[in-house]
Amino acid sequence: MSEMTLKPPLAERRSLLGWLRKNLFNSWGNAILTVAAGWLTFVTLRGLLQWVFTEADWAVIVTNLRLILLGQYPIAEVWRIWVSMALLAFLIGNSLSIWGKGKTSTRFTVLLVAVLLALAFAVGESSRLWLLGMAALLAAGWWLGRGAGKAMRNVVGIGWVVWPPIFILLLRGFSAQGGVLPLVGTNLWGGLMLTFMLTIVGIVFSFPIGVLLALGRQSNLTIVRWFCVTFIEVVRGVPLITILFMAQLMLPLFLPAGLTIDRVLRAMVGITLFSAAYLAENVRGGLQAIPKGQYEAAYALGLSNPLSMGLIILPQALRLIIPILVGQFIALFKDTALVAIVGLFDLVGIARTVLAQPAFLGTHREVYAFISLLYWVFSYAMSYVSIRLEDSLGVGKR
Amino acid sequence: MTADKKPIIIAKDVNKWFGDFHALRGVSMEVKQGEVIVIFGPSGSGKSTFIRTINRLEEHQSGDIIVDGIELSHDVRNIEKVREETGMVFQQFNLFPHLTVLQNITLAPIWVRKWDKARAEEKAMELLKRVGIPEQASKFPGQLSGGQQQRVAIARALAMEPKIMLFDEPTSALDPEMIKEVLDAMIELAKTGMTMLVVTHEMGFARAVADRMFFFDKGEIVESGTPENIFKQPKEDRTKLFLSQILHH
Repeated sequence: MSEMTLKPPLAERRSLLGWLRKNLFNSWGNAILTVAAGWLTFVTLRGLLQWVFTEADWAVIVTNLRLILLGQYPIAEVWRIWVSMALLAFLIGNSLSIWGKGKTSTRFTVLLVAVLLALAFAVGESSRLWLLGMAALLAAGWWLGRGAGKAMRNVVGIGWVVWPPIFILLLRGFSAQGGVLPLVGTNLWGGLMLTFMLTIVGIVFSFPIGVLLALGRQSNLTIVRWFCVTFIEVVRGVPLITILFMAQLMLPLFLPAGLTIDRVLRAMVGITLFSAAYLAENVRGGLQAIPKGQYEAAYALGLSNPLSMGLIILPQALRLIIPILVGQFIALFKDTALVAIVGLFDLVGIARTVLAQPAFLGTHREVYAFISLLYWVFSYAMSYVSIRLEDSLGVGKR
Repeated sequence: MTADKKPIIIAKDVNKWFGDFHALRGVSMEVKQGEVIVIFGPSGSGKSTFIRTINRLEEHQSGDIIVDGIELSHDVRNIEKVREETGMVFQQFNLFPHLTVLQNITLAPIWVRKWDKARAEEKAMELLKRVGIPEQASKFPGQLSGGQQQRVAIARALAMEPKIMLFDEPTSALDPEMIKEVLDAMIELAKTGMTMLVVTHEMGFARAVADRMFFFDKGEIVESGTPENIFKQPKEDRTKLFLSQILHH
């Protein structure tokens, strides 16, 4: 209301010249800085745009797009990934309309559908139908979720729980060559898909482990406390890359002959444990911020120790550390690039194989620029979602 | 009128140390069902510590405390049982800021008493009406005034249908104009026959509803008696001095 009645004077508000004068040229020093910075920006941008649109040879990306996204996953079996993605699109659409809030959910859904449609027209014939299907399913899921009752919510909840195993099962297959779903070894998994899987597995498993470690560190049981402290301090004391090397090279030495653990699985375990140790310390920080009175009030009501933790202390502690957690998860997403060094074909690993192709020698700039862009898009998306999450959870915070 | 009833709280020769500091020195007290006890005394006299030993927020190191026939020991199940029967209201309210008023009140009945949600909510609304703020049910604690928060805290404690209510300086953190609304709720509760132990300096409250008063100083009970005895003819010099300080300023 005050905005209606108390707008700044017209000159301040409308005139471009006025704005320039006030913000960029209000003194001689600032005027010089503005001109210099403007020139620098112009030169840099001109160089960049010139490179992007005239000098760079994007054929390397166009030709290898499937490799970059999916690794060496056999073409004949790619439909399995599409089917999983279609299910996922439906779940996302459905969840957005069930749990999202009014306008935001609508806007978000429209945005996602638009992105899918744009991609559908940008890519080749073979993927177009799948992408269109995904867009349709997402919209359908959203439509069906409107005004959904409790039963629908439960179904979607179950959907989220069963989707990951279904995805892994489809992706991996189970029968020998020529069977219904022939086995596709993890050595053929790669690209953005592998990066995602490492990240998601890392987040989903390190979260509960980290919380348990943080609680264990505060435990009255000496053995539990010492185990947690030792684990956290040892894991935090070594670089992720050494943990990954250890998992890939040293673990087989200790395992009985004949028993092998999948290489991707080993990397996942390494990343999860590493992330859990850091997460435990972040959670501990959150726990320390909860006043003693909250514990006392919970105990005084007759709540047992686990109930007090689960209902009163942890919900508050975790809410406090959402920004830190998201920062850690973004770091984890980017840290998965290290698995390239131990021989897995994640985004960076696959980039290196692309660069080794005789036809595309010397295209480092194009390839690394493209995968950087991919990393940035998804990191920014995580950051954006976290801000929205904080907004919607911040209600009634003291 | 309560003379024939059995004691519901028995404290015998209770001692407690914080490090080298002797916080409770052989405190003994028997409280009968339905009695309203006011505990007062200078700060650091051990009065809060004493009522916090009754639901074992503080552990006593020697002596016996028996609440509703259950002896407080290291047995966790006994402690939880005593806490289920004992409501507590804190100086700093200690409401759960991430839950609505209604959720604050229904949490313990649902998770500890295993009531279904509808029953717990019905009880909660009834209690909110009793303390005069049913319209605040869906708000968060941070949106309420101090006096309203403390009344929610009283409703939260009562929702467990406790046999005993402990009040640890319930009005000390409140602005003066809000003290009355909280005291009114407590007076109303006292009249229903609830057993209450109240640590407070509100002598008006003591006069109105207390059956007995206990004066604490330096970790021990200096004097006890009916409000009439304490106010009109206190025996001990320390009691006289303290009363003169808080009544005539």
